[in-house]
Amino acid sequence: MRVGVLSLQGDFEAHSRRLSDLGAEAVEVRYGHQLEEIGGLVLPGGESTTNLILMEEERLWEPLQRFVGQRPVLGTCAGAILLARDVSNPSQPSLGAIAMSIERNAYGRQADSSIRTVEPEREFTERTRGGPLEAVFIRAPIIRSVDPGVTVLLRDGPDPILVEQGRHLAATFHAELTTDTRLHELFLDKVGRG
Amino acid sequence: MFLDNDFRLKAGLAEQLKGGVIMDVTDADQARIAQDAGAVAVMALERVPADIRKDGGVARMASIRKIRDIMATVSIPVMAKARIGHFAEAMVLQALKVDYIDESEVLTPADEEHHIDKRAFPTPFVCGARNLGEALRRIAEGAAMIRTKGEAGSGDVVEAVRHMRAIREQIRQLTVTERNALSTCAKNLQAPLELVEWVAKEGRLPVPNFSAGGIATPADASLVMSLGAEAVFVGSGIFKSEDPSRRAKAIVKATTFFSDPDKLLEACEDLGEPMQGLDVSKLDESELLQTRGW
Repeated sequence: MRVGVLSLQGDFEAHSRRLSDLGAEAVEVRYGHQLEEIGGLVLPGGESTTNLILMEEERLWEPLQRFVGQRPVLGTCAGAILLARDVSNPSQPSLGAIAMSIERNAYGRQADSSIRTVEPEREFTERTRGGPLEAVFIRAPIIRSVDPGVTVLLRDGPDPILVEQGRHLAATFHAELTTDTRLHELFLDKVGRG
Repeated sequence: MFLDNDFRLKAGLAEQLKGGVIMDVTDADQARIAQDAGAVAVMALERVPADIRKDGGVARMASIRKIRDIMATVSIPVMAKARIGHFAEAMVLQALKVDYIDESEVLTPADEEHHIDKRAFPTPFVCGARNLGEALRRIAEGAAMIRTKGEAGSGDVVEAVRHMRAIREQIRQLTVTERNALSTCAKNLQAPLELVEWVAKEGRLPVPNFSAGGIATPADASLVMSLGAEAVFVGSGIFKSEDPSRRAKAIVKATTFFSDPDKLLEACEDLGEPMQGLDVSKLDESELLQTRGW
């Protein structure tokens, strides 16, 4: 299974390593034509402003919009911001693949970054495995609202931190920086089913 | 163990900056230009290194008002510099909630023997290094990101290259050293055995390894990335050039596409004049910034 990781800027190597460990063939994606050769795409953590500028400059915006209409995408942190329909603090363009509103840097600055353990929703454990999940939040966004049709798979208190709509997944935390492989397994499942 | 949760969070932010460009800025306008050009973070300081060299005098932490202005202007992470060993400046920067503190040889050192005990701070630190031993000593003190020192404010990339090659080669040597000889390596590197063993096993530093000190062109950025840098710091190179916005964008592009000759060519077109630059080999020993700290 060939899975791309958008590799313009961010912690794309950590995602590639995780996907390879799980038996997928990870491809670093920097050009539009590469999107035709992969079954799914990860939008990694990083700076969403930097990624937006490079996507624009390198004319990746349209190929990416086409891709989200066809194949599964997993966005983490900055990647989740790129997948959202509405972005605030400040407002910026996004791919709109998931019907949610997301607020950038919503916990605050790095001083407010944290590692927390959450108890997964039942649907998440049914589709993967049970047990608490360690979530790494780094200058993370908060999902402020989701439309009906968006499933919340993980919560931290009242806030959704992993959501699913159709073929796409968005997480506000960095699963790629822990040893828990469940999020990437869930994503590869979806890629396998197309 | 040094890889506790506190350390993971600090190095985790550095992970997010990989493949990006961190730009020195001296006011809010420059910070906005940097963000609009695609910087992943800005470094707030009073004067860029080239001016610190020119003006002389004591170089200290930037003014609070300036750092606040910059923090209020951009949404990307803001870093600021403290003098080597000046833990009180670091306390101020932490209270100000900057995202990263650079214990930097660019400022006038406050302590010639002791670096800051960075483990005591929740705020992550980046430190400069010229070789593996220096990098591991800083990590042992709690640095969560290493950057080559290079020679700041020179516009001459030769020292950044020397330091990146040195660190990479010393790491490579450790990976082929027998376990029972690592204690001697630790002695020679003047670094803790625990860290030396970790590097020998993993073949990399336990924290991201960025490049700094003399990067002035897109080609310079491509060069250091090709030598193994995971991101680049650009100090005087942008705002001492003729067209900072264009040059900043070009360096961002060259950092992402560092191994693509066509993209690199695009990045190098129509840039205007670079910063003037100083040939480091012609500098007097006493003018070097990289020899500050140990």
